[in-house]
Amino acid sequence: MKPLYEETLPGGAMWSMRIPRGLALRLTALAPGANVSALLYNAENPLDRLNIPDTLKALHTAKLTRGHVLMSDMGNALASIVEDTLGWHDPLGGHSTAEMVASAFGEKSYQAARNDFFRNARDNFLIELSKSGLGIADIVANVNFFSKVVADDDGRLAYVGGHCPEGASITLRTEIPVLVVLANCPHPMHPPGAYPNVPVRVELAACAVPGPDDFCRNFRPECGRALALAERSLICPPSISDLPLP
Amino acid sequence: MSTLNYQESPLARDSAIYSKVVPAGDGWLHRIEAGQTLRIVDLEGNQAADTFFFNADNLKERYSAQDTIREQGGIYLTTGTRLQSNLCRPMLTITADTCGRHDTIGGACAAESNMVRYALEKRFMHNCRDTFLLQIALSGLPLTKRDLAHNINFFMNVPVTPAGGLKFDDGVSEPGKYVEMRADMNVYCLISNCPQLNNPCNAYNPTPIEVIVWD
Repeated sequence: MKPLYEETLPGGAMWSMRIPRGLALRLTALAPGANVSALLYNAENPLDRLNIPDTLKALHTAKLTRGHVLMSDMGNALASIVEDTLGWHDPLGGHSTAEMVASAFGEKSYQAARNDFFRNARDNFLIELSKSGLGIADIVANVNFFSKVVADDDGRLAYVGGHCPEGASITLRTEIPVLVVLANCPHPMHPPGAYPNVPVRVELAACAVPGPDDFCRNFRPECGRALALAERSLICPPSISDLPLP
Repeated sequence: MSTLNYQESPLARDSAIYSKVVPAGDGWLHRIEAGQTLRIVDLEGNQAADTFFFNADNLKERYSAQDTIREQGGIYLTTGTRLQSNLCRPMLTITADTCGRHDTIGGACAAESNMVRYALEKRFMHNCRDTFLLQIALSGLPLTKRDLAHNINFFMNVPVTPAGGLKFDDGVSEPGKYVEMRADMNVYCLISNCPQLNNPCNAYNPTPIEVIVWD
């Protein structure tokens, strides 16, 4: 894959981009133990946003991996997972706040550490969302790429350490224009200790739109229908591609 | 079947200050003051009561499914569960539960998710999100779709397997089973009494619930 765009997110970093349909967005852990908390929105209408419950119940899954389609609450395929070296990304654990980070990793302020201060996913989401006119009401259930949380037979949740090796990667294919918001911050269930400071590379590359034999389209009938709805939503594209957000 | 957690309530029916039967497919939006107790009764069994909460004094603060399950370290809601807000504060605490456990992973049905889950032709069936949207639109409160996040499905059984599968098992509820919760802050409770006709969970037969409030 020849990247059209490439950037390395330091540990604690935030990132967002409006990405057109038909691009591959690859995230690669440059050290072990990455966690990237992520939110996705229909870039033309951010009220149409990632819906984790709709995605999980359509796919009958409590983890995310290759073949899965990330669905919006208006039934659209936002992005499909076309490559995945890990087999499990967490859709249950939510994202970290300043209080959680301080409780797990201690305090490291800007005053003391300058740009090595401990950042958290909630503040990063709020900052990046604000750049698109969005805010706390737009923060819904997020995905945690590179992390694994399992439930036992009684529903008790456990964070699985050591899940993400150096070089782990996941690639999303955008199915409609999407706003992607990333926070490269510790998982909220990461055990206490040293703040995990893991750089993650972000790459964008051209990618074919899914044909009839596409793996994700055929992964489950629900994936095919979400892709069909996404394609249907593109019948009347906006005449101005960069519509203002509400 | 894993453990179910049963807890009866000491509250007597005749001391309640409010009660209402919500027919299948209808909605209910009601203010509950801090300290009051809300009971939801599954009158005929295996019904889904899709339920969401807003802080009545700050509508940007709302129920958060992910924060609730992470903070208690488990996916099922039952007696002792603190229903957490998106600001990670307890909104209500479940104080009694004769059903045994409840779901907060499955979300609400919507016209669009019905198209994805069942068939594109299912678009025009009544659904929970339409009920939510109509209730908040009629409420006069400054709430829109933007403010709706992921809800609780009282009386629904949605197990997660250790391998990461999600199942929609037969309900564990029966006629007269109830769940009760005490408000830790002033809240608006928004319920859609689920009209889903495509899912065997309710035997394709949505039925009424009753909501009861005590001071």
